[in-house]
Amino acid sequence: MSTRLSKGGRLIDRSAALEFSFNGKRLKGYRGDTLAAALLANDQMLVGRSFKYHRPRGIVAAGPEEPNALVNLGSGGRLEPNQRTTVTELFDGLEAASQNHWPSLEFDVGVVNNYVSRFLPAGFYYKTFIHPRPFWKHVFEPIIRQSAGLGSAPKDRDADRYEQAYAFCDLLVVGGGIAGLQAALVAGRAGARVLLLEQAAHWGGRAPVDGDVIDGKPAGDWVDAAVAALEGMENVTLRARCMAAGVYDHGYVLADEKVADHTPGDGRPKHRLWRIRAGKILTATGAIERPLSFAGNDIPGVMLAASVRDYVVNWAVSPGDRTVVVTNNDDGYRTAIALREAGLAVPAIVDARANPAGDLVAKARSLGLRIEAGRGIAKVKGGKRVTSVAICLQAGEGAVIDEIACDAVAMSGGWSPVVHLWSHCGGKLTWDTANACFRPDPARPPLNHDGGAMVHVAGAANGAMKAAEALLDATAAAEAAVTALGMKPKKAKAPVAEAVAEGPMEAVWIMPQGASAELKAKMWLDYQNDVKVSDVQLAAREGYESVEHTKRYTTLGMATDQGKLSNINGLAVLAQALNEDIPQVGTTTFRPPYTPVTLGALAGEARGEIFQPLRRTPMHEWHERNGAYFEPVGLWRRPYCFPRAGETHEQAVHREVTNTRERLGLLDASTLGKIIVKGPDAGKFLDMLYTGVMSTLPVGKCRYGLMCNEQGFLSDDGVVARIDEETWLCHTTSGGADRIHGWMEDWLQCEWWDWQVYTANVTEQYAQVAVVGPNARKLLEKMGGMDVSKEALPFMQWADGRLGGFPVRVYRISFSGELSYEIAVPASHGAAFWAALHAAGAELGAMPYGTEALHVMRAEKGFIMIGDETDGTVIPQDLGLDWAISKKKEDFLGKRGQQRTFLASADRWKLVGFETLDGSVIPDGSYIVAPGVNANGQGKTQGRVTSTYYSPTLKRGIAMGLLHRGPERMGEVVEFNTVKGGTVKARVVNQVFFDKDGEKQNV
Amino acid sequence: MLLIECPCCGVKAEETELSPGYEAHLKRFGPGSTDEEFEAYMFARKNPKGVHFERWRHAYGCGKWFLAARCTATLEVFGTYPAQVGEPPADIIEKIKARRPDWKGYK
Amino acid sequence: MSEPMSALGGAKSEGFASVREIGPLGMISLRAKADVKALPKAIKAAVGTGVPGLRRIEIEGERACGWMSPDEYLLVMPYGAVAGALEAIAKAMGGAHHLAVDVSDARAVFRVGGAKADQVLAKLAPVDFATLGTGELRRTRAAQVAAALWKEGDGFTVVCFRSVARYVFDLLATGATPGSELS
Repeated sequence: MSTRLSKGGRLIDRSAALEFSFNGKRLKGYRGDTLAAALLANDQMLVGRSFKYHRPRGIVAAGPEEPNALVNLGSGGRLEPNQRTTVTELFDGLEAASQNHWPSLEFDVGVVNNYVSRFLPAGFYYKTFIHPRPFWKHVFEPIIRQSAGLGSAPKDRDADRYEQAYAFCDLLVVGGGIAGLQAALVAGRAGARVLLLEQAAHWGGRAPVDGDVIDGKPAGDWVDAAVAALEGMENVTLRARCMAAGVYDHGYVLADEKVADHTPGDGRPKHRLWRIRAGKILTATGAIERPLSFAGNDIPGVMLAASVRDYVVNWAVSPGDRTVVVTNNDDGYRTAIALREAGLAVPAIVDARANPAGDLVAKARSLGLRIEAGRGIAKVKGGKRVTSVAICLQAGEGAVIDEIACDAVAMSGGWSPVVHLWSHCGGKLTWDTANACFRPDPARPPLNHDGGAMVHVAGAANGAMKAAEALLDATAAAEAAVTALGMKPKKAKAPVAEAVAEGPMEAVWIMPQGASAELKAKMWLDYQNDVKVSDVQLAAREGYESVEHTKRYTTLGMATDQGKLSNINGLAVLAQALNEDIPQVGTTTFRPPYTPVTLGALAGEARGEIFQPLRRTPMHEWHERNGAYFEPVGLWRRPYCFPRAGETHEQAVHREVTNTRERLGLLDASTLGKIIVKGPDAGKFLDMLYTGVMSTLPVGKCRYGLMCNEQGFLSDDGVVARIDEETWLCHTTSGGADRIHGWMEDWLQCEWWDWQVYTANVTEQYAQVAVVGPNARKLLEKMGGMDVSKEALPFMQWADGRLGGFPVRVYRISFSGELSYEIAVPASHGAAFWAALHAAGAELGAMPYGTEALHVMRAEKGFIMIGDETDGTVIPQDLGLDWAISKKKEDFLGKRGQQRTFLASADRWKLVGFETLDGSVIPDGSYIVAPGVNANGQGKTQGRVTSTYYSPTLKRGIAMGLLHRGPERMGEVVEFNTVKGGTVKARVVNQVFFDKDGEKQNV
Repeated sequence: MLLIECPCCGVKAEETELSPGYEAHLKRFGPGSTDEEFEAYMFARKNPKGVHFERWRHAYGCGKWFLAARCTATLEVFGTYPAQVGEPPADIIEKIKARRPDWKGYK
Repeated sequence: MSEPMSALGGAKSEGFASVREIGPLGMISLRAKADVKALPKAIKAAVGTGVPGLRRIEIEGERACGWMSPDEYLLVMPYGAVAGALEAIAKAMGGAHHLAVDVSDARAVFRVGGAKADQVLAKLAPVDFATLGTGELRRTRAAQVAAALWKEGDGFTVVCFRSVARYVFDLLATGATPGSELS
């Protein structure tokens, strides 16, 4: 059984006992424990079930590479699935539950998959669930979804908050082991701004566990001194619990800081996502131990050797009373020695190498440990826990020589440098034959904006596996990085670690070498996704030669651990099956994040009220107080209508239209874009921008204008006012102000930069109110202060003045066909002006109206709306707007585009009005059907509706739309399709439905 | 995420502060041009793997458009310069030639 | 006529940094090339400062002139002083090509105060505050909207568009929540 030892544990505080629960069982641990350590201390080796076969699975590792020990953590608003127990810090009250089993962890029905596993090989789903087609959606997928999947998705709103922050540094050092600390020391002393990140809660990495001696002292002492020295440097920042997730272009790094995972509910953000911009990045990310592939290597109790050592030394947890060590390298002996020194039994060290030799081997011998050289494990026995191992000759086929009773197996297949961050932006790898691993190729680093190396690498991450090498490597790498940053490293004595003579490792990809098919079908490569040696070999036999294809076919390395343990073993097996060298087969692509980043951290502050900026007009609060129903227009929120008690939105819109047409309506038009264009060349510039002529517009007058893009398609419209000799004010659509201002600046800066024109976007400087209806003039006269008579301020003119004491600019323009004034006031007076109009207008029947009433009224008048009548493929001529296009001008933006034959043709869909024969409203989005079918058997179309409304004025449905040669077909009856099936008949009419001669607006 | 220095205000802006604007040094063809000229101007944009000249606007900064010489394969930025020029400045051409000896020129 | 109202009516929030909406403040956007001879005189007449250099802001009491782009300056003054300043600019510039417009009402202005004010802003803007000196005006992005900021007093002045004042205030107040200090 696994248990807590009575002594030791460098990371735990035995005076701080904590309570937690696992599957409802109350358990005890200590501050400093990881959840995995605490579970093991309570003999909870079985923690989950595998994904496909539902085999019992135990804790394998002690760090982020753990594939099995994932749990649902917390509950309600703090439920998080797939949390890795090996990196989850224990806190009082922690709740964890195992996942991927039903009905219970101990008894799981899904385990039947295990007994039929020979019928579920790689590619099983691809091969099986193809026919019959409808079965996939209705039968196979629901069953697979039910039986597969990992943790449960949270249903409640996240109770915690998250944030993001930017950070800048000269050198970002990733990894707080001895290599990272030494690199940070070198760079810090050279004066560089250094940011040092460590994913764990503590510093020092493996060295203190491995018993390294630095400068004559235990590694832990050196680590403490280094951290203290770094904390004393003003130019160095240290962040623990901060995982560098990904390296991106030009020195950009995302890092996830687990600020309050271990102190939930203390008011701090749970995670903080750092967006780091670094001059250079130095990765000292260490290495991950590889499992060995022997039959039964997934039975709970089989663990990575160095992780076993971590549990014993860091947390005083014994994974088992009797642990067999199996290894192909000397490092495995450290575990055997650590176990023995903790007073635990090591029945045997099974070493695949024929002649192990070195300091550690000698020490194990001197401790009297049994070493089985040239041997391997034929099979691990046990169900939910290891009971024994059968050993055999490594060179043979698995004939059992001996069986050794044990309750844990510590395996070491060698070490793989963590090259993820090096690789994210294209850093290349080279095969290190001596250590049988890929490591960064210093000649082919990822590149920075200056073409130089963006990432440097040091320590075990660079293949410098021993402490002595790692410190030297880190010193050199940091000096190189600092020099590349243009700084000078200070001369300082590099720390020296005591050298330990180790014998060479020997690559072992399958144990034993000649294992039978039966054994290989029980050798797991990917624990989480249940991929075995036999699956990869099958993929190779079936022709999957590329490692990327094999990965997808077998799902090797595609689980949440992203193959941290399985990748190299898997591709070694593939290489053998293909009879190629490992470097030729290559690796799959490393992609961020290094370990999963929770969605909350990626969203950061953007949730609730600040999910997205909402643009508010100065009258927004009035609208809210008066029950406005809002609709988004770009990022603006505009009142769609102002429903009264008991009214539907539709009824409110009809009331607003009728009231405006008969009495007086007030519209908040502040969102309308307003751009000042000024300069000696402003007229010439606007003549290029608009299809019509603006240079000839007299001061004091307004003119409607259209803007097209260079292809000739209509992009925006609005009324232009001539303010003075050199100044024009251009109104744009509500959503278009920024885009059109950018468009103007583009031409002024990049094409006509010698023209003397300045622009300013003054959209938000003014609140604007449309005062509309037969009583509009009466209201302004009542406000008083300026002459707004027909004579003083005729249609399509503007005037400055005061109304009710407010400084205003009044435009006599109309988008409704009614007598209408659009009045601009400085935004800081907007709310007061709006209230004053309502107060004065009450006796004249004033009511606010919203965007929908605006739309209905403009459609009754046949006015186009950008985005309704246009969609980026419509030219002004399609809309019958030829009158707004100058024939005389030699050039304007879009003129050449419109000359293209297919646009100049009469054979286009063109704007007309439609009246349904039965008076109904044509459904939005309807197409006008044409006889016959196209090549795909779909019915042909000859047009579509662009605006369709019920007109409260005409008491019937009205519509505008584009119809093939429409204006030539007045009076014809066409049919619109509907979503429900069937069609609606409508007559083609002129699109101006109301007051065709414009008498109402011109009074 | 790219980091590009705006030549108009000197800020080293990250990509989120900029908006992209396709190929630089285009010659506009308006009325009077042939269909082929207009097509080339409007649609036939360069998309090289390697040295490329492109337009950027410092949209969340000084608002100015500028031009950048950049390698689309390695993302190396050879230099940035204001937009009011007809062709890349000589010093940037020299720098690119030094970094990419087999480069065939910007045309 | 009413008193001018700032976007949020002087909203306030206290966290590990204080956030306060100030204003309404007078602001003029002045566009002219730096080599226009009358420019120094116009700026002097309007706000009493010299012409700021690249990305600088010259502050004189309640008035300031900031460099916004190679041909754009932001003039800051009391709200009531705008009309006079516009007249002074027009007079000084004479026939020289320029554009001067009142943008006082188009903006919202915040003061973020306290020793850790920079930490609030570091959550919103991709700006290296360690290298942002006194007297530097930085135009950038605050989360999803445009902003301009500079050091002033014990903190920073942040300017954004009026329509997103509530969004920016909420961002700043959230960023200053106690317990979320960056160091």
